[in-house]
Amino acid sequence: MKSTPLQPEHEKLGASFTDFGGWNMPVRYGSDLAEHHAVRESAGLFDISHMAEFWVSGSDAGQMLDQALVNPPSEIAVGRAKYNLICNPQGGVIDDLIVYRISEDEFLVIANAGNRDAVSKALGERTLGNAKVEDQSDDWALLALQGPKATAILQKVASIELEPLRYYSIAKGEIAGTPTYFCRTGYTGEDGFEVLIPASAAGKIWQLLLETGGQDLTACGLAARDTLRLEAGMPLYGHELGLDRSPFEANLGRSVKLEREFVGSEALTKIKADGIKSKLFGLKGEGKRAARADYEIFLPGSNEVIGTVTSGALSPTLGYPVAMAYLSKPELEVGAKVEVDIRGTRTEFEIAQLPFYKRS
Amino acid sequence: MANPENLKYTKEHEWVLVENDVATIGITQYAADALGEIVYVDLPKPGTKTTYMKVCGEIESTKSVGELYAPMDGEVVESNSSLSNAPDAINSDPYGSWLIKVRFESLPELLSASEYQALTGE
Repeated sequence: MKSTPLQPEHEKLGASFTDFGGWNMPVRYGSDLAEHHAVRESAGLFDISHMAEFWVSGSDAGQMLDQALVNPPSEIAVGRAKYNLICNPQGGVIDDLIVYRISEDEFLVIANAGNRDAVSKALGERTLGNAKVEDQSDDWALLALQGPKATAILQKVASIELEPLRYYSIAKGEIAGTPTYFCRTGYTGEDGFEVLIPASAAGKIWQLLLETGGQDLTACGLAARDTLRLEAGMPLYGHELGLDRSPFEANLGRSVKLEREFVGSEALTKIKADGIKSKLFGLKGEGKRAARADYEIFLPGSNEVIGTVTSGALSPTLGYPVAMAYLSKPELEVGAKVEVDIRGTRTEFEIAQLPFYKRS
Repeated sequence: MANPENLKYTKEHEWVLVENDVATIGITQYAADALGEIVYVDLPKPGTKTTYMKVCGEIESTKSVGELYAPMDGEVVESNSSLSNAPDAINSDPYGSWLIKVRFESLPELLSASEYQALTGE
């Protein structure tokens, strides 16, 4: 199993570890609920160095990425970022990505750890002209600083002004002399940054951030990251996204720019025209029992399975169970009742608006 | 982690305190740590019959569901209702947070603290 450059730091903090996409990652340091609440109320620091970084450069880089991805990166302004998907020719999702435009001819593509090889292969096959794709994942560490106090904490050590950076922007600066990319993105539903630093400086910067944040900053593991993103209605590859799901079913149609040619465009045009047969919904329940991944869903009083839960938990922020699920009834509306089989007990849930949580 | 010497254990990570014909049952530190923060417990009501190594309750954390296995045949005489409001007490004090008390007629063979220690390898 692989580990990030911050493994010794996690061990020092007494983390529990889990295998995530072939990586030995901290699942929690102490209480995952406390870590979750810290991000909602103050700030949390996550090691997400397992994620993959691809640099795509050259004067043909924009054009190359346009035909490789569903949302044309050549339309991103320098210093900005966009959510994106890389699809196969059948329209299935190979991975979801964030593409940052570093300069006119240079793009940073951040992919999920577990899909590093698949994305590397797909980008490699889709090169064009002088565009060069480099997998630099091992050279970088990625830290996420998230929560209402994240920007203020990071500002204390950042060489550049962070406040003017808008959501989905990237800027280059330094932390304690270390070259740093500051990305105003995240996976928690809170404001904050993801900072990309050379792997060799990871330990130093991690410690500096924790010292600087003091009691306002809590080291957070993947358990909190998962409940945070679930509340924020954000998809997780392997749960809400996969090769067998089209972006339209996953409510990501807005990111798919059709009427141009890219890998998957033909299939996706047809899928869109034919209409979706299932759709990703948010569900909320009462009480404390969570509807968890793979539990089956029914219409009330019916024995016909209309879908399965893809992610679910007792929401730490909201106090009731929330879940996401694909249902074969795309016409269902918010408020409609369904039943989830929770280990043998039919439990009522209702269709809820996504995201479950939105910061005020 | 130290498993108290005065308790008996099961391979399903329950601890058992035997007093006369009543066993007080909880889950071990190892089990609580593996589950993560416990957010919900579903315990059998008094009067429920238990069967050795059959599931008689559930313990849910944010990330997973653990099952409570009955360490012996018997009948539930009490379940710890204070846990419904503060289930995370199991994480902070697993050996002080009992789940159920079971009246039994005979006891199966249970593990000693050192045998259980060997099982969890810690």
